[in-house]
Amino acid sequence: MIGREPLLRADGVTKEFFGVTALSNVDFELAAGEIHALVGENGAGKSTLIKILTGAYRRDRGRIALEGESIDPADVMDAQKLGIGTVYQEVNLLPNLTVAENLFLGREPKRFGLTSPREANRRSREILSQYGLDIDVTAVLATYSVAVRQIVAIARAVDLSGKVLILDEPTASLDAAEVSRLFSILEDLKARGLGIVFITHFFDQVYRIADRVTILRNGQKVATRPIAGLERIELVSMMLGRELQEQEAHGAEPVDYSKKPVVASFEGVGKRGRIAPFDLTMHAGEVVGVAGLLGSGRTETAELMFGIAQPDEGRIAVDGRPASFSSPREAIHHGFGFCPEDRKLDGIVDDLSVRENVILALQARRGWAKPLSRKEQEEIADRYIAALDIRTSDREKPIKFLSGGNQQKVILARWLATDPRLLILDEPTRGIDVGAHAEIIRLIGELRERGMSLLVISSELEELVAYATRVRVLADRRHTGELEAGAITPDTIMRAIAAGEDETPGDRGGKGRAAEILAEGAA
Amino acid sequence: MTMPATIKRVLPQLAALVVILALNTAIAPGFLDIAYANGRLYGSLIDILNRGAPVALLAIGMTLVIATRGIDLSVGAVMAICGAVAAALITGDHSLAATILMTLGVGILCGLWNGALVAFLGIQPIIATLILMVAGRGIAQLITEGVILTFNDPGLIFVGSGSVFGMPFPVILWIVIGIAASLIFRTTALGLLVEAIGINRRASALAGIGTSALLLAVYAASGLCAAVAGIVAAADIRGADANNAGLWLELDAILAVVVGGNSLMGGRFSIAGSLIGAMIIQSVNTGILLAGFPPEFNLVIKAAIIVVILVVQSPASHTLFAFFKHRPGRAAETPAGAAKPEEGGAR
Repeated sequence: MIGREPLLRADGVTKEFFGVTALSNVDFELAAGEIHALVGENGAGKSTLIKILTGAYRRDRGRIALEGESIDPADVMDAQKLGIGTVYQEVNLLPNLTVAENLFLGREPKRFGLTSPREANRRSREILSQYGLDIDVTAVLATYSVAVRQIVAIARAVDLSGKVLILDEPTASLDAAEVSRLFSILEDLKARGLGIVFITHFFDQVYRIADRVTILRNGQKVATRPIAGLERIELVSMMLGRELQEQEAHGAEPVDYSKKPVVASFEGVGKRGRIAPFDLTMHAGEVVGVAGLLGSGRTETAELMFGIAQPDEGRIAVDGRPASFSSPREAIHHGFGFCPEDRKLDGIVDDLSVRENVILALQARRGWAKPLSRKEQEEIADRYIAALDIRTSDREKPIKFLSGGNQQKVILARWLATDPRLLILDEPTRGIDVGAHAEIIRLIGELRERGMSLLVISSELEELVAYATRVRVLADRRHTGELEAGAITPDTIMRAIAAGEDETPGDRGGKGRAAEILAEGAA
Repeated sequence: MTMPATIKRVLPQLAALVVILALNTAIAPGFLDIAYANGRLYGSLIDILNRGAPVALLAIGMTLVIATRGIDLSVGAVMAICGAVAAALITGDHSLAATILMTLGVGILCGLWNGALVAFLGIQPIIATLILMVAGRGIAQLITEGVILTFNDPGLIFVGSGSVFGMPFPVILWIVIGIAASLIFRTTALGLLVEAIGINRRASALAGIGTSALLLAVYAASGLCAAVAGIVAAADIRGADANNAGLWLELDAILAVVVGGNSLMGGRFSIAGSLIGAMIIQSVNTGILLAGFPPEFNLVIKAAIIVVILVVQSPASHTLFAFFKHRPGRAAETPAGAAKPEEGGAR
């Protein structure tokens, strides 16, 4: 594969959306007979890149070449004809048609100008047998499992395109046996000379199946590396954009929190398939940072703590009294607040004004019959606009017209207005400008000093170092360790994450390497 | 809500109403005349207010439901049920007060049924209320046992054809209920909470709003309005016609809400706007009759007029107006979060 022209090659691909750069000057190459993993955190540009390769988006700049010839796919159909097929996470087939109809949709075998279902069925059986799949092709696709549908989708894409196969998180909803089956199919296709691009969040899978890996971060390519000889810790550091280096722990001073009042405690709280049972005690005046890769169970932890999802085991106590939350509403009545990760979907109420967005949680807690007067609302809104330096021309401006950073401050103001005792922040600085970023970090420190208890989930390790008094480390939907104040550096966090990812899911009981490295970090 | 803001909000609807009324006057010169006889006002304008009462009543509840990003297709059928219940009770020798209270209760129950399907089972509102829309007429027929159930109770008849201070009673009803609903929703926090749910139900729930209870309440309010409309319609003809009472009125009510400048996407709502919308629709109906077109043209003309009103109100035409008013160049005002090109599958 070295020395020859790669099967697919992208040079300097750039894409902007309304002035926001999603991909900046990205190079990518895929050899025939190669499985190439594409990794990166959310927003890194993985989806944008494959959408450009498959013609779903048009690139703004750059060149794409297939087998040495420049191509410019106008749409997905065009890319398929050229030889680039895609299978998305949510299988892009029609569940109400039969397996055969799906395989031959849009290119039904014809006989005297009429479609020939018999021919389609025969050829479908033939195609699927290559994948070791012996199923009734005349049955409706919806009757089969996601794994089978995925194989059908792959079969269709390969049959249609035959040169490049792009898989966007194909294993997200498969169990271990199904993943193995999928991988053996991918190995076969690789042996047949296809180039396969494989997007995943699971490191295990990258190491199991991929030949090379390309890491994207913030719309830029970090590196393309052969998997052989690539340390996990190095991969994590490239994904998170952190150099491995010795660094002094700084930020919050070590404090003995066991003496501070307990705001809430979570004992053995877990939910099957979402997050393994965890213990967590939240004290007043501390910031618990939560670190882990995407899909490690960070958001799931917050959801159980705030009543968005209900745990199926474990005990929760607030002020020492047992509590259970069947909804966020009940958590809020206990003095909890939650700034969600997806600000646009879960945070802002976009047509409402800044004022209305600020008072929403407070008003909801007071109940509909006790409205805040217009004057009270204006006072509260003005107070937080000033305190958090929310940049808006007018408190009556709909929040959708504010920048991301200012929207985030409004959501923070919404919770601060309820005077919470426990505030959960899920990626509070994602996608906001540098100025607002610094202010939010400063604010977290201030709130801690005022005695609030905070749980902050962040992918930005520097940030965690700056404000966390201890850091919970998550991997593979488990809490794998905790770093105490004094031992928190980007490096120790990263090592703890990598160690957690390294443990096989089987040895739940054993502390394994994570504990070792954590001990090392604490020393 | 200050008065000027409220009036500013309904200006386009008022303008449309004035234009329609002016057209009607042009067609029928005596259109604006109002006469007083036998203790009651007469005239085309009074007629519009009176004939438009059922749709206006339905539009009040429909506005609230649509504000939550829902829709209530069942209101016409609920009118039929409630008309049948009222007729059955009053002919069954119940007192007027008991009849009305129980009928209103049935309307609320119908609304709660819809609300429960939407709030607890997560069924799409259009499907959830379609169930009662279809089943409702059957239920009404079961109550009337397939005949038009007539009654002669003067009290109940008064609801449909009585008058107070010269004004037909149905007109008083929709105006009073409209004002009451506006006050209830605007002097408490209900209006804001309903709007928040309609714009972003998930974010609202995360902010601690009891979304299920509010949805139930809103559909119950719609059922209650449909019950009042059902009593008015039955009292008007002194009988309960399970087949035809309220037939297709759910569509007129939705139209009134939309013509009233409320978005089917939920959020900001104006009950006053919807009530004016209901009057616009009734004015169009009356105008077509006055113009003496052959009846087969009526629906087509009505549709054409409504299309014109909606086009004038549409965001696209607003953009067009804005384009001619100021030169474009305020692109910096676009929401910063609008472009989120990357994957969002965080969980």
